[in-house]
Amino acid sequence: MNITNREFWIILHGMLFGAFYLLAFAGGAEALWCLRHGLLTASGIRERLIHLRIGIVTMATTCWLTVLSGTYMIYVWYRSPEPDSAKSRLLADPAKVAWHTFGMEWKEHVSWLAAILTTAVAFLVFWYDEALYERQEVRRAAFWLLTIAFAAAAIGGLFGALINKAAPIL
Amino acid sequence: MKLENNIAHRQNGPALAAILSAGLGCAAIGVFTVLAEAFPTFKATMNLWNPAGPLTGKTTAGVVVWLVSWAFLHLNWRQREISAFDRVLAISLVFIGLGWLGTFPPFFELFAGK
Repeated sequence: MNITNREFWIILHGMLFGAFYLLAFAGGAEALWCLRHGLLTASGIRERLIHLRIGIVTMATTCWLTVLSGTYMIYVWYRSPEPDSAKSRLLADPAKVAWHTFGMEWKEHVSWLAAILTTAVAFLVFWYDEALYERQEVRRAAFWLLTIAFAAAAIGGLFGALINKAAPIL
Repeated sequence: MKLENNIAHRQNGPALAAILSAGLGCAAIGVFTVLAEAFPTFKATMNLWNPAGPLTGKTTAGVVVWLVSWAFLHLNWRQREISAFDRVLAISLVFIGLGWLGTFPPFFELFAGK
């Protein structure tokens, strides 16, 4: 059993950075949701904010690591002009063309929206900190932006996994 | 409920600056994706690093739009309380929606080769 250099980076990109981001969303969303008025004590709010700060900065970091490793490493191998590259194999098979023309084309662009939006939410969490509890409109906006970011990242993750199954990067 | 310690009062301007600029960044990536599909010369301009192709330019330019607009809006709104919070948020969501639309292949392919 061995893992090639490319397989190592694909695992890092998809199963470590990307999967962590997607799994962490539940915690981040729950923390933002629970900062609604009347649900927590003052000490509960402080504790929740510590978790939220750690969670959101980790999410933003892993999201950037995912899109940067995806764009500047994995995608380079994927679109290589050689006939045995993943893109070449998909385009050569009429039954699999849409994995590139729809799946990859969508994934490669929309994932960047997740990185931008998650960074904006991280800023809101750090800038407002305990004031997030007072400024419920900012908390609500942060919650929905994070949800939109998650949807974009989920599309990236889903198509990444399916495309790698249809045409693995060799 | 008021927290026990003194919370520094935070204006909503910085929040809207972050949200609106994120929307502008998303919209920019969508617009650059459509433009690259529509105009081969623009697509070639976006090819900043050949191994990864035009994606590098479209996303780099989008990130530049996001960060520059964020810096500008933050400097101008950091001490402001903006009454039209919901309106600016709605505009930001429209920009984010444009980003989604512009990066959706069945949409940007409508402009291919035109």
